[in-house]
Amino acid sequence: MTEHTSRNYERELQSLKEKILLLGGKVEEMIGSAMRSLLDREPDLAERVIASDRAVDSEELEIDHLCLSLLALRQPAASDLRFIATALKIVTDLERIGDLAVNIAERSIELNEEPPLKPYIDIPRMSAAASAMVGKALDSFVKRDPELAREVLRADSAVDELNVQLFRELLTYMIEEPKNVSRALRITFIAKYLERVADHATNIAQMVIFMCEGRDVRHPGAQERAADGL
Amino acid sequence: MTAVRIETSGQKRPADRGGSAEPMIQIQDLALQYGDKPALKGISMTIPKNRVTAFIGPSGCGKTTLLRCLNRMNDLVDGVRIQGRILIGGRDIHDGAMDVTELRKRVGMVFQKSNPFPKSIYDNVAYGPRILGSRSRSDLDATVERSLDAAALWNEVRDRLHESALSLSGGQQQRLCIARALAVEPEVLLMDEPCSALDPIATAKIEELMEELKSRYTIVVVTHNMQQAARASDFTGFLLLGDLVEFGATETIFTTPADRRTEDYITGRFG
Repeated sequence: MTEHTSRNYERELQSLKEKILLLGGKVEEMIGSAMRSLLDREPDLAERVIASDRAVDSEELEIDHLCLSLLALRQPAASDLRFIATALKIVTDLERIGDLAVNIAERSIELNEEPPLKPYIDIPRMSAAASAMVGKALDSFVKRDPELAREVLRADSAVDELNVQLFRELLTYMIEEPKNVSRALRITFIAKYLERVADHATNIAQMVIFMCEGRDVRHPGAQERAADGL
Repeated sequence: MTAVRIETSGQKRPADRGGSAEPMIQIQDLALQYGDKPALKGISMTIPKNRVTAFIGPSGCGKTTLLRCLNRMNDLVDGVRIQGRILIGGRDIHDGAMDVTELRKRVGMVFQKSNPFPKSIYDNVAYGPRILGSRSRSDLDATVERSLDAAALWNEVRDRLHESALSLSGGQQQRLCIARALAVEPEVLLMDEPCSALDPIATAKIEELMEELKSRYTIVVVTHNMQQAARASDFTGFLLLGDLVEFGATETIFTTPADRRTEDYITGRFG
């Protein structure tokens, strides 16, 4: 893309992009660490994930602030406007992914205080799929690649299915033996957190498609209904 | 938000966001040369009635030339050659039977620099109606009040109608010029960078006025100020080197322009 006549403006937009990427990298790593703390039974790793949430929160505020000052001072239009609007939205998704990593870490600490209920098979698969979606969504943002973003949208249903499958399996553990309930519930929560991570990656990908094509692909049919006054 | 793509070649008809607007001005393959220098290169577009249409583009792109074609102001320029057709309200403005004075009554104009006559406020507004034969004092009084009111100036000048127009502030002078243009009851109001010499408050008043006036008039405005086009117009045309690159609903042009050159210009990447 051609550079802006104002080099300061160009630098500010570049800096916004870098900050989003840094934050994205950080929350991806948090998910990875939270999962390792569960699988390798390492509570220290989980504590580190919980501690890094503060940095994520302050980076979110910093990015929000940068977006608002760009909007106020530069009056962006067209692709710049869509880029900044996208940044404002996806920063919230990234911060939420960070929160979910913290939730996984908290459940991991609790689970690690007891003997393992069962070998973890689907949880690592869910985590790998959800993390790949976050990574790909961020890649599509950097490369301004709507096709890559569409791959993220297509991947979401596999994570949803794993979540349902895992829930069914854990239900059998709970029915079998009441003392399994607290551990099975915690694993169910983790599956739900990972399913939410994938949903946030989907949100990011939808915003990237909007940023690239100017077309809002969220809530199909809603625009037509809004246009009809429904 | 619905992204509406507008075709970027051939006839450019804007996609309306609020119901269908009937066409007011149809420009068909309009080309204009100053001597050997082409200034407009085959422009076709349909400007809708009762809407504000803005022309934007870098200096020398032809936007003022295009505006001045609409009331044949370019006829006065030496060595100018104009081809193509312009229909206003269905009538060809270059038709031999078209009286230019009658055309300029139908198509009023406000310029970049306010240019009140060195006369009283009242006489400035009454000037056009008097030339057109209005003699009755009560008719003139009514026209002056109606026009000043429409230009959102009546309340500020009602007690000083016979003072010199030059005693007004810059923003008031520009609104006086709008009142003067409205006094002859035009159908179309052309505005050539009407706010470029005004402060933000006076600019906001003119923009507010454009919004109010469009229910009765078709407004075409040339502006260097892209935020003004974004704020005050319903449709925007982007011109570059005498070509109409893109024409469409303002919201579309400023959020999802179809042409790369429009995108570069409105995002400040031009040149």
